[in-house]
Amino acid sequence: MINNNTKKYIFSRGIDDYFTGVHKAYKFTSLFFKEVIKKPFHIREVINQCFEIGIRALPLITLTGFIVGIVFTKQSRPSLEDFGATSWLPSLIGIAIVRALGPLVTALICAGKVGSSIGAELGSMKVTEQIDAMEVSAINPFKYLVVTRVLATSITIPILALYCSCVGLFGSYINVHTEETSSIISFYQDAFSTISFLDIFTGVVKSIAYGLTIGLVGCYKGYNATQGTRGVGKAANQAVVLSMFLIFIEEVIIVQVSNWIRYF
Amino acid sequence: MDKSRLQHIINTDESVISIKGLYKSFEDLEVLKGIDFNLFKGENIAVLGKSGTGKSVLIKIIVGLLKPDEGEVYVLGQQVDKLNRKELDALRLRIGFSFQHSALYDSMNVYQNLAFPLTMNIKNLSKKEVNNAVDEVLDAVGLMDKLNQMPSDLSGGQKKRIGIARTLILKPEIMLYDEPTSGLDPITSTEVIALINEVQQQYNTSSIIITHDLTCAKNTGNRIAMMLDGQFLRIGKFEEVFDSNDEEVKGFFNYNFIQ
Repeated sequence: MINNNTKKYIFSRGIDDYFTGVHKAYKFTSLFFKEVIKKPFHIREVINQCFEIGIRALPLITLTGFIVGIVFTKQSRPSLEDFGATSWLPSLIGIAIVRALGPLVTALICAGKVGSSIGAELGSMKVTEQIDAMEVSAINPFKYLVVTRVLATSITIPILALYCSCVGLFGSYINVHTEETSSIISFYQDAFSTISFLDIFTGVVKSIAYGLTIGLVGCYKGYNATQGTRGVGKAANQAVVLSMFLIFIEEVIIVQVSNWIRYF
Repeated sequence: MDKSRLQHIINTDESVISIKGLYKSFEDLEVLKGIDFNLFKGENIAVLGKSGTGKSVLIKIIVGLLKPDEGEVYVLGQQVDKLNRKELDALRLRIGFSFQHSALYDSMNVYQNLAFPLTMNIKNLSKKEVNNAVDEVLDAVGLMDKLNQMPSDLSGGQKKRIGIARTLILKPEIMLYDEPTSGLDPITSTEVIALINEVQQQYNTSSIIITHDLTCAKNTGNRIAMMLDGQFLRIGKFEEVFDSNDEEVKGFFNYNFIQ
């Protein structure tokens, strides 16, 4: 048989590969939405993954949320002092943290911590044929490995984002309390007085979007890893870089949309 | 095991795997160039050849991990590349696949590795039934004491055995072994070879053993298929295949002898 498979490119290798990659990512995402509604649901594995992700990211999110709260309050104070408006600090910090910083900081930390670990774990399973081993044992590896992890990131990250916001506000309170004595209750009352349901709702919605992104990107990169151990490192690295990039794009879009809703 | 004893249980009227005109390429690289053969019920075929000749690709097509470019692959009467996911999964339950590097799930211990395919495929099994099945296959591969160990704590030979045990737990009718003795010392290789023959006898399986190891091929295969450049150069009993003046066959024989 004569080999007629010599590859011809439509544009150039780079451009063709880019569009092939986009198409593969689209198919991967569509497959997730198809599989997520099909039985079996592997609920135990989803809970297991939620627990893993939560435990893995919790210490770092606690620390970062706390520090962000302190630093943001410290940096905002001088400007407000110029106008004699330091009493606005709790509401300013509340809006900033609940609307933007809490979800964003959580997403970035999870992209680094969880996304890379999902990419590396699935990448390693791919190159050591563990995914093929599942396939030949009549177990759907996509359903068991990908769907469960993406669901887990989509459930856990909004919870972590709310937690991060609370810790951030507490950090802010510590700073406010050291400068001018105030009670924690009045601080939280002031902070939440300007936060609307829409703020919390958008925070949760965007955290779900970030969770989906981190899970899907990590799984996609790991699931399609090649080239042995080098490929595992590459998958982990690309999972972080691409999810962070997408998170920033989503942030801009969601802020824009929520502002339209807010002023509609 | 006395291999002559096995000859009578091979049913040459019933082929469990039938391959006709199989071609497979990866971009510019042609890997399989027209493979035809039948695996009969109860038979072991050793596919022998150098690395990179397409041996592993062949069994990956048989189990549906890869799709053929051309040709027909029938496994237990079903054309593999025409099956939908559900049908393919049902067929895969009847096929055991032992990977070259064992492919044990490294986040699970031996017990979990063995129980996983069982609990995922058969619902409502009691803990006792799962434990019994695990004990049975661990006993079959002689590693009862490794139940709670992690794959990273096992030697290469033990990993291969556990990999085989994991496939046996679903009681397959066909076994596909990908390089079962590669990377093992001669003594462990002999043990794995003995295990392959025991599996054939005890579980009445038909098997394809992919190997570049002449000793393994000779001691496990009822027939040998000598593969070169994506084609079967010769197929038959060991003596028939190697009783040849063909330079390629002689070269392969001498290479193994030196090794």
